[in-house]
Amino acid sequence: MSESLPQTRRQTSTPGRAGLGHPLLQLVLVRIREFAREPEAVFWAIFFPILLTVGLGVAFRNRPAEVLPVVTSSSTLASALRQDPALDVTELAADAAADLLSSGKVVLLVEPSADGSVVYRYDDTNPEGRTARLLADRAIQRAAGRADPVPFSDRLVREAGSRYIDFVVPGLVGLGIMSNTLWGLGFSIVDSRRRKLIKRLMATPMSRTDYLLSHLFWRMMVLVVEVGVPVGFGVLAFGVPVRGRLLDLVVLCVLASLAFSAMGLLCASRARTIEGVSGLINLAQVPMWILSGVFFTSERFPDAAQPFIRALPLTALIDALRAHMLWGASLPQLAPQLGTLGAWLVVCFALALKLFRWR
Amino acid sequence: MSEIETTSALRVRNLRKSFQEVIAVDGIDLEVRAGECFGLLGPNGAGKTTTVEICEGLTEPDAGEVEVLGRRWASDADALRQRLGIQLQETQLSDKLTVVETLNLFRSFFGQGPTPGEVIALVQLEEKRHAKVVTLSGGQKQRLALACSLVGDPDLLFLDEPTTGLDPQARRQVWDLIEEFRRAGRTILLTTHYMEEAERLCDRVAIMDHGRVIARGSPRELIEDLDRQGKPLTELRARTATLEDVFVSLTGHHLRDE
Ligand SMILES: Nc1ncnc2c1ncn2[C@@H]1O[C@H](COP(=O)(O)OP(=O)(O)OP(=O)(O)O)[C@@H](O)[C@H]1O
Ligand SMILES: [Mg+2]
Repeated sequence: MSESLPQTRRQTSTPGRAGLGHPLLQLVLVRIREFAREPEAVFWAIFFPILLTVGLGVAFRNRPAEVLPVVTSSSTLASALRQDPALDVTELAADAAADLLSSGKVVLLVEPSADGSVVYRYDDTNPEGRTARLLADRAIQRAAGRADPVPFSDRLVREAGSRYIDFVVPGLVGLGIMSNTLWGLGFSIVDSRRRKLIKRLMATPMSRTDYLLSHLFWRMMVLVVEVGVPVGFGVLAFGVPVRGRLLDLVVLCVLASLAFSAMGLLCASRARTIEGVSGLINLAQVPMWILSGVFFTSERFPDAAQPFIRALPLTALIDALRAHMLWGASLPQLAPQLGTLGAWLVVCFALALKLFRWR
Repeated sequence: MSEIETTSALRVRNLRKSFQEVIAVDGIDLEVRAGECFGLLGPNGAGKTTTVEICEGLTEPDAGEVEVLGRRWASDADALRQRLGIQLQETQLSDKLTVVETLNLFRSFFGQGPTPGEVIALVQLEEKRHAKVVTLSGGQKQRLALACSLVGDPDLLFLDEPTTGLDPQARRQVWDLIEEFRRAGRTILLTTHYMEEAERLCDRVAIMDHGRVIARGSPRELIEDLDRQGKPLTELRARTATLEDVFVSLTGHHLRDE
């Protein structure tokens, strides 16, 4: 019946796709153009991780071993204490010395007694106080003639891989992948829905799968920047190690990007407003910000919470990144984390497909 | 032989659609013949957009049948999409893309059709080819939206208020495009609030109000009916009746905005 429609004159019509390639290619190009033409988005994706890395790197840079402030009212004791370079010794009258301790400006007060013994005053719940007491006692006993029965020597270990900056860079990379992906996808999709652009596209022969896939592919391309910039910066500026194979790192990050993209699609699957999707994204992110060990190890949380924390995708990603970068773990060793990420990918994508509001 | 009258591009029977408590479409029958330009008229909220979007397969009807180019949405959606051109009443295309990039995207979905350059020439946006959508004027955006509906070389074109917000030149230019398209043997279903537009472009129109069709026929027939009833004209001017008079006489003088 359709063939029987009168067709008197055709306007110019080229068969095929007019040299434009597969629709998925055009959709991905659109995603990239929209992203690249949003200066703020590019700024946050590139400079934010650098700023954060620099900030934390400076704040937690490795200082020469800590010098502990102590005070005493006796000049004999003071000269004994000064034998240990790890102690910063102040000599003051007894009252003023006690004030210094109670105000927390020194961690240990060494008082001479009339009978020749020594009293150490310090807070035993403060590790610095305890350390200062041990050092002070050793210095005083040695000055009084004690000899160490066992000879010893110190060998100092300050290797790359065990510093705070080494710990925090993988955390920041994971955090960056998560928040850039969720916000990027959430805003892009909800904005299109708000403009009725999704509905307009659904009025063409566009395939829904191509539409969703274009978002996943776009995020994978941004991933090069999201991972490359903070890792590259960490390596160059702070000597952060990347001990695992590069290919393994790529596989891990791609899987993580897919998992968070699926989560982003899910957050954006129904929302009609930016406010709506922002709420959902925050709801998804905040537990991971707190629990997943970005800035300090998640092992500090109670044992009962550990199974839940391990199941979060950001925990899996950050644990795997640390294992890869710091200890050179290979993919088979990362299987539990990869499994967790894969499960999030499958569940979120299936739900998003089912729930997605195509208009 | 016997099929001369039955070649219809669109057939709608007993269509119904409600949104919560609002009955948007209340039992509509329509037939658009292949090769004609059909106008759907009616005051704000009459149910035109709802009807058109059901025909476009974008909205599920509560009841009724829709047959487009002899096919059904339930079974032939993919094939139908390739042959329809659609302009929605309100779509904001992506601000950050240029005109040609937008058309590249839409053209890539279709298996045939003019090149993006050719449609740009058709809607006379050559000068704006590389301009971002955000920088276009309202009328230029409207023409870009029309261009997007033409990239697949459609057999049936749905235009929901294609000339709203256009200046007189741009409106005439869109009229020329629609006439050209019809002369090429294609079918058009359009909605409009401009009676002179319907009078000039449409072979037949249906006037809707409160979700029902209250009059249908060619503009000429409707005007003649009105003349026969001898109803007063909208303005105190010695002239013959227009479609506008028909419209106002049927739908009344009061405003329709919720
Ligand atoms: N998604 C929706 N949810 C709730 N009500 C709706 C929805 N879409 C349309 N309506 C209602 O259905 C009725 C018909 O709306 P429709 O958009 O079809 O009118 P229209 O004839 O196109 O009007 P206009 O000339 O203003 O474009 C209106 O009362 C409108 O408020
Ligand atoms: Mg409308």
